[in-house]
Amino acid sequence: MSFFHRIHALIRKELQALLGDPSSRTLLFLPVIMQTLLFPFAATLDVENASLAIFNRDTGPESLELVQRFAASPAFSTVLSLNSEAEVETAIDTHHALLAVNIPADFSRKLARGEASPLQVVLDGRRSNGAQIALSYLQGITQEFTLDRLDAAGRTLPSTVVTRFRYNPNLNYRHFILPNLIAIITTIGALIVTALSVAREREQGTFDQLLVSPLTPEMIMIGKAVPAMIVGFFQATLILCAAVFIYHVPFRGNLLLLYAGMFLYSLSLVGVGLFISSLCSTQQQAFLGAFSFMMPAIMLSGFAAPVENMPRWLQIADMANPVRHFVEVVKGVFLKDTSFHHVLADVIPLIGIAFVTLSAASILFRQRST
Amino acid sequence: MAETVVTFRDLTKTFPGMEKPALAAVSGEIRTGLITGLVGPDGAGKTTLLRLIAGLMQPDSGDLATLGVDPLHEAATIRGQVGYMPQKFGLYEDLTVLENLNLQADLRDIIGQEREEAFERLLTFTDLKRFTGRFAGKLSGGMKQKLGLACTLLGKPSLLLLDEPGVGVDPISRRELWGMVEDLVRQGIAVVWSTAYLDEAELCGTTLVLSEGQLIASGTPREISSPLQGRCRQLRNPGHGKRSLLVHALNRPETTDGTIQGDSLRLTFQPDAQPFPPEDIGASPAAQWAEVTPRFEDAFIDLLGGGPPGESVLARHTREIPGQGDVVIEAHELTKRFGDFTATDHVSFEVQRGEIYGLLGPNGAGKSTTFKMMCGLLTPTSGSARVVGLDLRHSGTKARQRLGYMAQKFSLYGNLSVAQNLAFFAGVYGVRGRPGQKRIQELAEIFHLGPFLRAPTDSLSLGYKQRLALACAVLHEPDLLFLDEPTSGVDPVTRREFWTHINGLVSRGVTVMVTTHFMDEAEYCDRIGLVFRGQLIAAGTPDELKAGVATDTRPDPTMEDAFIELVTGKESP
Repeated sequence: MSFFHRIHALIRKELQALLGDPSSRTLLFLPVIMQTLLFPFAATLDVENASLAIFNRDTGPESLELVQRFAASPAFSTVLSLNSEAEVETAIDTHHALLAVNIPADFSRKLARGEASPLQVVLDGRRSNGAQIALSYLQGITQEFTLDRLDAAGRTLPSTVVTRFRYNPNLNYRHFILPNLIAIITTIGALIVTALSVAREREQGTFDQLLVSPLTPEMIMIGKAVPAMIVGFFQATLILCAAVFIYHVPFRGNLLLLYAGMFLYSLSLVGVGLFISSLCSTQQQAFLGAFSFMMPAIMLSGFAAPVENMPRWLQIADMANPVRHFVEVVKGVFLKDTSFHHVLADVIPLIGIAFVTLSAASILFRQRST
Repeated sequence: MAETVVTFRDLTKTFPGMEKPALAAVSGEIRTGLITGLVGPDGAGKTTLLRLIAGLMQPDSGDLATLGVDPLHEAATIRGQVGYMPQKFGLYEDLTVLENLNLQADLRDIIGQEREEAFERLLTFTDLKRFTGRFAGKLSGGMKQKLGLACTLLGKPSLLLLDEPGVGVDPISRRELWGMVEDLVRQGIAVVWSTAYLDEAELCGTTLVLSEGQLIASGTPREISSPLQGRCRQLRNPGHGKRSLLVHALNRPETTDGTIQGDSLRLTFQPDAQPFPPEDIGASPAAQWAEVTPRFEDAFIDLLGGGPPGESVLARHTREIPGQGDVVIEAHELTKRFGDFTATDHVSFEVQRGEIYGLLGPNGAGKSTTFKMMCGLLTPTSGSARVVGLDLRHSGTKARQRLGYMAQKFSLYGNLSVAQNLAFFAGVYGVRGRPGQKRIQELAEIFHLGPFLRAPTDSLSLGYKQRLALACAVLHEPDLLFLDEPTSGVDPVTRREFWTHINGLVSRGVTVMVTTHFMDEAEYCDRIGLVFRGQLIAAGTPDELKAGVATDTRPDPTMEDAFIELVTGKESP
């Protein structure tokens, strides 16, 4: 029994230290609130305010109709009308237009003759994501234009593509970002809390005091891990509530399954945190250590770019990235009610990662402690 | 000859959030031709006064003139002439001695020929020429202070403000540093030397004595200690049980203060009080009174209203530990190497139950390394460190449950409240439930922590932090106490009180192992091991060590004399 009493004393002390101090309390929760408020608005990939430039050399009715269709689309808030090839260059150069359409002088004539009539589109490659999305809008409009023309002529295309997005039917970017945010904020919270708390005790000299007490290194580790997990859970719950009740992202899955995944994920995180902190002797080192793990782990998690786009070897290496698995779990459970069976594919690696990081941390912890 | 360079009247400074002012209506002056000692324990207001004089802060009220001008508003006038060396001079530990000097010279625009000359002069003066290529972080405490001094002297100041230059410096380097500063005084520089060590104050030309922001005395050390002339006496050969004899002696109405000095007792009497017959406190018939010269510390304690009572309430609340005379701490050929550097080199000693064993030595001599191996914080390269027959690194929870540990920086959780700290250590040591609550209450009472229980520990004064640290260390009634420089920087009254408790615990059978660089603290030990360059160069009772260096010209050497003699004897074989 004394085992649990000692651990209890450790955890209570850790939480008192974290929450008792107003400034550290603020640091734990203010960023979460800020990011929950700002991210869904700022970090959106939907193209809503793009500007389109048009250089129309044709005077025929077909080209005028197409231009009108472009102008009427809500995707393009501004439509610039250009008069020369050089102006196209400048418009893209100066960020005035995200993309420019070049309609050749014989556009209407060719269409009237029933020939293929190509359009040229110039895109700003510096804003590749936005430009690609805008291009797909543009293609949609052109396709509709073609279909309508065929319709009027009493003909149809041999086959047409009809698109439906499952799990996020309106392609609302918030549905994508909020579940991701749960994963990312838990990462920052749990990792920094564990990595810094041991280093802080080393700096202040209290760590020696713990080591000469009857506490074993394992007890100290548990005493450090549990408060960090509690903080991580609390932060995640905060965002989950915001996502469901403020942003109305539909929660489709099993809450218990999500928290089970979160438990395993935070276990592997505190393993990494303790591993970093047993290598560092100052808070500064621990902070840098935590960041040099966190940045690539988040970048390669599938949050910034799909894992499938990475080279094969990187995809394999990325199996060791706990953030990647948890992002899958959150998105799966949150948006599409993934079955337990499917979650397992990401849960098993998480168990493996937690096992490896925690044992490595405990070995190092023991070595560095004596 | 002597001219006044700084005058201040009714200087007051209160920091936001602090109840009491850091300085309360302090007046005085600083002259050339002598070292002015700014004396007082940590938190007395020394640094605040120095920073005010240097023009780094604005006083709330009062008049101040540094070199004839207001140091804050005419900072430019005095900038080159005031040299301020803060407590931890901003040396860059990852730069070499020369790189540090170059940086400071760059910052002060000392270039070309002038820089060459300044470096030559200062490196010769501080005797650092041999070490110009060494990293500042690798210098000993004394050499760091010398380098700091050299950097401060780059600007050729006419007023030198030194904030605790003696901290972390062993007695030998301290004497050297002192010699250098005296040299500067002869060159006409006015010097302020702030210190918490009262034996350092004794050497100053004149002193300003601060306590809790108040100027409680000023004048030459002789002027300050002269009221105690005839009131300080040593009781020699008091026989067995010096610790309980001290308790009895301090319980007498005639005495105001007392300490243990090796095998003797040193007592301060009420004015006009006559010494009592030694038999009255149970001393042996061979005991004799001898009048001794009052020290600065005696006067300081007298100014604060005398020392604490002699009996430890803590000891009354501690169980008796049986087994007097057993060997409980044992180091055998203990060795620790860090790379090619041997920090501890084949050190062996034994400590018996109910004994105070002191490890004494200059900084970096290896006493901390030895101490850490004993309590299981470091793994020895070879040899063994055993406590109650066990190696603490491998013996688990049970053995460590018997141990109390208190370190230099009082290892407390600063942002937890006093009550939370006590509750945490109680929880860790399994002192829980109703008896646990009772014990915490008891300790809060003994150490007068009651009013602060809800206050954050960081807001306590150093003296109370020290009390709280001791309370946390003895909460679980350990039978062994490891104390690593437990009283650094605290005021002498709190230090007396601390040793009263330690003496009380020891008479209950607690064994104490302590490291210290306070020579008077070493006198409380039953036996001392002197560590130098990783080796145990001398061991014995304090009286044995002192007697070993006695000569015809110096029949009654102090502990510091013994220390310096033994260490320098080793340095130049």
